[in-house]
Amino acid sequence: MSRKVLLDSNEINIILHRLACQLVERHTSFENTVIIGIQPRGVFLAERILKILQEEYGLHDIKSGQLDITFYRDDFRRGEKPLEANKTRIDFIVEEKSVVFIDDVLYTGRSIRAALTAIQSFGRPKEIELLSLIDRRFSRHLPIQPDYNGRQVDAINEEKVKVSWKENDGEDAVYLIPK
Amino acid sequence: MSSELSVNHLLGIKYLKKEDIDLIFKTADHFKEVINRPIKKVPSLRDITIANLFFENSTRTRLSFELAEKRLSADVINFSAASSSVKKGETLIDTVNNILSMKVDMVVMRHPNPGAGIFLSKHVNASIVNAGDGAHEHPTQALLDSFSIRERLGEVKGKKVVIVGDILHSRVALSNIFALQMQGAEVRVCGPATLMPKHIESLGVKVIANFREALEWCDVANMLRVQNERMDISYFPSTREYVKQFGLNKKLLESLNKEIIIMHPGPINRGVELTSDVADAENAIILDQVQNGVAVRMAVIYLLASKIKQ
Repeated sequence: MSRKVLLDSNEINIILHRLACQLVERHTSFENTVIIGIQPRGVFLAERILKILQEEYGLHDIKSGQLDITFYRDDFRRGEKPLEANKTRIDFIVEEKSVVFIDDVLYTGRSIRAALTAIQSFGRPKEIELLSLIDRRFSRHLPIQPDYNGRQVDAINEEKVKVSWKENDGEDAVYLIPK
Repeated sequence: MSSELSVNHLLGIKYLKKEDIDLIFKTADHFKEVINRPIKKVPSLRDITIANLFFENSTRTRLSFELAEKRLSADVINFSAASSSVKKGETLIDTVNNILSMKVDMVVMRHPNPGAGIFLSKHVNASIVNAGDGAHEHPTQALLDSFSIRERLGEVKGKKVVIVGDILHSRVALSNIFALQMQGAEVRVCGPATLMPKHIESLGVKVIANFREALEWCDVANMLRVQNERMDISYFPSTREYVKQFGLNKKLLESLNKEIIIMHPGPINRGVELTSDVADAENAIILDQVQNGVAVRMAVIYLLASKIKQ
């Protein structure tokens, strides 16, 4: 299978630092901001960003959680395979908070649409922002755009963007893979 | 683990595989988290319609199913035989087909006749969930019982469970025996000889006649309800005698010198199967069973609905 490297570990590292820096510029102390990783793959990215915020900016008390969107998706009973749920861990109320959704790839926008519905089960946030590592900008089905963006990628629908994380896949890399 | 059930209907535990039970429990874990949120509802089943057909009285099972369905955002219609055309002589298939022609996708049915669900599944085009068929099976009750044991004790495998009371009339006992054995638990039964089915040992369960002995052996005691409504003849001389031989009270529990988990499918006849102080004790997980019932039923309905293709 031929695959193309879009980002290597060094480039990802630079991007992660830039994204963390942008978050700090916008949210400063994170007193009223919570970070939510979208299950399953956004969680790895969220943890990385949190680590940078802790280690380099000394922000140790940031509230963070993981949100599973399986039960909120609009393709239940439409796909070949049944949807399998992941864990949701949000042990705080998001009422009046600024919520930052973190996901690795923004593609059709349907996952984020589901996440916008799902987060309402935990209160009414003051605002919601989206941070994504990869923005497949010409593939959107819904009017959803990232507020913080690692890299824009123009890929055709027959291609898949795969983000590998050291913790899970043994290396940091972003690949373009034919489906 | 497979992400799909091997069956299209839940007719009984007997028709499930161990992997199905694992998948149902894993899914129920997620729903348990959902029902403890401030907003307990998810939109997954908003295009599914479910009919709850109760040809026999039930409060908690019907409420539990209805709540599970509503929390998945399904449309729900309820039917109870007492106030329906069944009284005018309509057959089961006609009743159900009439309901299905209103575009119902799933039927949850309680029926006094054993095998009613199996019969229906062969004749109508909808997913059937058995909510108790006579003295045959009550699969969701057995699933929520095992789920509650797993939650309290970590796992079901290797645990010793005694089912106490009216084994003869109990669909809960039969489904529990299948479910527990499938998950590697050791099951024994205890109760009056007159309420013990003749060939029960052919299911791989031993009978313990002495209640105290059964309690000393087990990790979990599942106390069944004395079903007075099913007893057309006298199976034991008096309730007083039943309580003396098979009733669980604090004194007996404390004399065991070990902690056992107490379960009861409800409704409890307080002072008969259990005394009030035992029913309300810390190691009685009766209310956990009720809460888990909603999560487990959500999981069953969700997984079956995912197999109804558009």
